[in-house]
Amino acid sequence: MALKPLVAAAFALATLSANAGAAELVVSAAASLTNAFKDVAQSYEKAHPGAKVVLNFGASDVLLQQIVKGAPADVYASADQKAMDRAVQEKAVRPDSRVDFAANQIVLIVPADSTLPIASLQDLTRGEVKRVAYGNPASVPVGRYTQGALRAAGLWDAVQAKGVPAQNVRQSLDYVARGEVEAGFVFATDAAIMPDKVKVAVRVPSQTPVTYPIAVTARDANAAQAQEFVNYVLSPAGQAILARYGFQKP
Amino acid sequence: MDNPVWVPLALSLKVAGWATLLAAVAGTAAAYALSRWRWPGRDLLDALLTLPLVLPPTVLGYYLLVLLGRRGVLGETLARWGIELVFTWQGAVIAAAVVAFPLVFKSARAAFENVDAQLENAARVLGIGEAGVFFRVTLPLASRGIAAGVLLGFARALGEFGATLMIAGNLPGRTQTLSVAIYEAVQAGDDATANLLVLITSITCVAVLLGAGRLLPLAAGVRSGAQR
Repeated sequence: MALKPLVAAAFALATLSANAGAAELVVSAAASLTNAFKDVAQSYEKAHPGAKVVLNFGASDVLLQQIVKGAPADVYASADQKAMDRAVQEKAVRPDSRVDFAANQIVLIVPADSTLPIASLQDLTRGEVKRVAYGNPASVPVGRYTQGALRAAGLWDAVQAKGVPAQNVRQSLDYVARGEVEAGFVFATDAAIMPDKVKVAVRVPSQTPVTYPIAVTARDANAAQAQEFVNYVLSPAGQAILARYGFQKP
Repeated sequence: MDNPVWVPLALSLKVAGWATLLAAVAGTAAAYALSRWRWPGRDLLDALLTLPLVLPPTVLGYYLLVLLGRRGVLGETLARWGIELVFTWQGAVIAAAVVAFPLVFKSARAAFENVDAQLENAARVLGIGEAGVFFRVTLPLASRGIAAGVLLGFARALGEFGATLMIAGNLPGRTQTLSVAIYEAVQAGDDATANLLVLITSITCVAVLLGAGRLLPLAAGVRSGAQR
């Protein structure tokens, strides 16, 4: 039968791709980790010959939704505790593998060439400030930190009226860098990657500590390898890379 | 989501309506110009005008942002006149009009090219001026093709997502159209809202298609007689 070799070939291909998949480690990480985790993954691959790390960046809650709906991620790193709490609730990660690996700082940034006198959160209520970007609090951690800080200062309603909710922290950064908004809230590490386009106007005191948790997902396939990656992030080598990008120890 | 579901629906209809109007006028005019007069570079212009049909919406959104943003080539001038398009519903209209345009343009050009030149000449012989020939002969004869293009354009404008998200953003009640609101709800894991919005969108689209089915043969029947 002419079909037989075809079917055999198809099976061979399927087995092949399954094998290739076994060596791949999918890491879903918060958008603010983009630059740092690319480096961490590279150095992890160097230290573990044959290992292949596939990175998936996005807003923490979006990544969580993907995992809950069955996305094949092995490691999940979020930018706030709330997203990870939800992950534990939804049984998307192994609770015993959860550990904080970095800390950050919320900052209010303005375009580098901005001449507006913005020196405090209160200044956001000025008439010249027409638009303020922040992550959407419903799905983006930096938005939740921002909302908390502004609520504590009694400014949330005033700022929300001119708010531009971004899909993730990097979009908020991009809006400020392009001058489409007068000011925006991002992490200090995000502001640091565009020093020629944005400048920090205010270091914002956060109501909740800005810490990043990481955990192995509930999928069984790659658990050992996933734990190995988490250990690497916590190791001196991994921590040194994070420090280079401005992340603090948790 | 803080808004009742009819807010994104009303906004979607408003944006798609204005976008379709812009696309219909511009698309018909461009189609007439390109179908009637030959000049060097006509094919290139045709290709450029059709480009939004094939370009990824993100590329369109980026072009629009670079062009119309506060520091954009056109945006800077517009800002001086007090016109802001980024993060406004008018910006969403521009995005939707750009993607709807090629659908009107392509259908209208084919329709104009199918109009029998003898009928137009007969009108001229009978002493009707050029404007009269266009509005009383050419346009009515091409109306079926144009109407089909306009309806496709409206459907496309209603579903616009990528370019809209890039230029108009995602401001609840101001630029959050149905498709953006659905994306937002899914991202936040709010499946109940997503389900409701998806249902509303589907019903709206079915209503548009049914309406189109009723309108189209009617318009064609009046204009060209023996179609039904």
